[in-house]
Amino acid sequence: MATSQLTSYGYGDLGALMALMTGDEKHGPAATSTLDVLWVLYDRVLNIDPRDPDAPGRDWFLLSKGHGPIAYYAVLVAKGFIDPGLLSGFASFGSPLGYHPDRTLIPGAEISSGSLGHGLGLAVGIALGLRAQARPEPRVFTLVGDAELDEGSNYEAIAFAGAVGLDSLHAVVIDNASSTHGWSGGVGTRFECEGWSTVTVNGRDHEALEAAFAAPREGRPHAVIAVVEPKDSAIRRPATNVR
Amino acid sequence: METMRERFVAIATELVDSDPRIAVVLADITASQFAQAAARHPDRVINVGIREQLLIGVAGGLALAGLRPIVHTFPSFLVERPFEQVKLDICHQDVGAVLVSSGASYDMSAEGRTHQAPGDVALLDTLDGWTIQVPGHPDEAEFLLRAAAARDDRVYLRLSDEANRAPQPIVPGHFLPVRTGRAGTVVAAGPMLQPVLDAVAGLDLTVLYAVTVRPFDVGALRRAVAASDTADVVLVEPYLAGTSNREVGEALLHLPHRVLGLGVGRAELRRYGTSAEHAAAHGLDPESLRERIAGFLRTRR
Repeated sequence: MATSQLTSYGYGDLGALMALMTGDEKHGPAATSTLDVLWVLYDRVLNIDPRDPDAPGRDWFLLSKGHGPIAYYAVLVAKGFIDPGLLSGFASFGSPLGYHPDRTLIPGAEISSGSLGHGLGLAVGIALGLRAQARPEPRVFTLVGDAELDEGSNYEAIAFAGAVGLDSLHAVVIDNASSTHGWSGGVGTRFECEGWSTVTVNGRDHEALEAAFAAPREGRPHAVIAVVEPKDSAIRRPATNVR
Repeated sequence: METMRERFVAIATELVDSDPRIAVVLADITASQFAQAAARHPDRVINVGIREQLLIGVAGGLALAGLRPIVHTFPSFLVERPFEQVKLDICHQDVGAVLVSSGASYDMSAEGRTHQAPGDVALLDTLDGWTIQVPGHPDEAEFLLRAAAARDDRVYLRLSDEANRAPQPIVPGHFLPVRTGRAGTVVAAGPMLQPVLDAVAGLDLTVLYAVTVRPFDVGALRRAVAASDTADVVLVEPYLAGTSNREVGEALLHLPHRVLGLGVGRAELRRYGTSAEHAAAHGLDPESLRERIAGFLRTRR
């Protein structure tokens, strides 16, 4: 299942769409750590219809890591949720598109985010709410960053979701080695030890990402660790090894 | 007498039984009292463990998914510890929830400061869109809980072990005049009504009973002041002293007035003991209240 195709934009257009927001000449995919994961989710994984973004049976995507949302906005434009004409006004007073997304201003944005460590808790609540309404089909995806995992609130959500086997819940961690003190043993171990199924993949490899999201999880919540280039190459700590 | 907390458990259980939209969200506190309800409705009576950030995050997510969460723990852990979750996971997401605290101010007098949050109302008052209900009797708590469960907005229901001797015929959103006088107006919030009525016996004062403290009933206060010989107003609140002084100032912008805000003091007592001892230490027992109110009225001009 994937988002309905309403526009003619493809993956190759995302750089130009991002450039409309930043005023830079163009952006390569490496300019933003989340771009490929977002594209794969919206292009190949999520069941969301931009013509009916609140449909009860839809999948939910929560951008927990609300910082640097230009890749998110570019993908939402490419998939027909947002008018491309809005991009040039990015972060201006009258624009619905700011440095941190506001769900009340953007069709298809499930949560308002920016302060780190809120998405997983909300996602747990949404997944519980869907379960309580006997809706097994919709899945709930939350994108977090490896530095975002510094926030302790994440561990409240990770431990609880694992303990209750919240299998509609998916976390995707963009690991660009930006956490100040790093994650000894790898980011995935934080989820594994709480009973999640976990896959670590190259966060730029579309086929590998698609396969990782489809991996069987046997009644458990599922974490995909998407490893991309380290944010700051001056930091000598390597990114999590891809298995 | 049955406590507000006991009544809350009974009514919330009834609501979760009868309304598929209702979810009860707990963080261990009071979870054993909800065990039977949880056995009947494992998907809608949710205990997240001792995880208060998750408590509020889950409430926000449940509301986003279309449920009506009733969220409960002590005020320290419901409002203070996860305050940013209240601000962002509820308010900023533009969803509603019913937050029900139990253990108001110095109810847990022997527990010490860690279990006392007299600033809860003032703190929530920095956020937009909260209706704050401070019942003074278990019957009022039941009435307000049922009303809140049927809505979609943000409600804080502040339960206390302290209660007035009898329930009042409250109307949500409105102060209730319980006696009238000419020398000034006293606004008594929730369980402070009984000590206030005991304190002002024989004094020529109007007493307004406030259960809905936000939004503040500006009209009722203006009418009471207009019917009085003075624009002297005394607030008696069972939480941080002065929490509603700003509301009185805005209500009476059009005329010179005086306001005395009585409530729980800001200074940490660092005492244990009984709630009656704490009430006296904060000057909220009837004798202290009478002295402070009469003293305020004497200082006019």
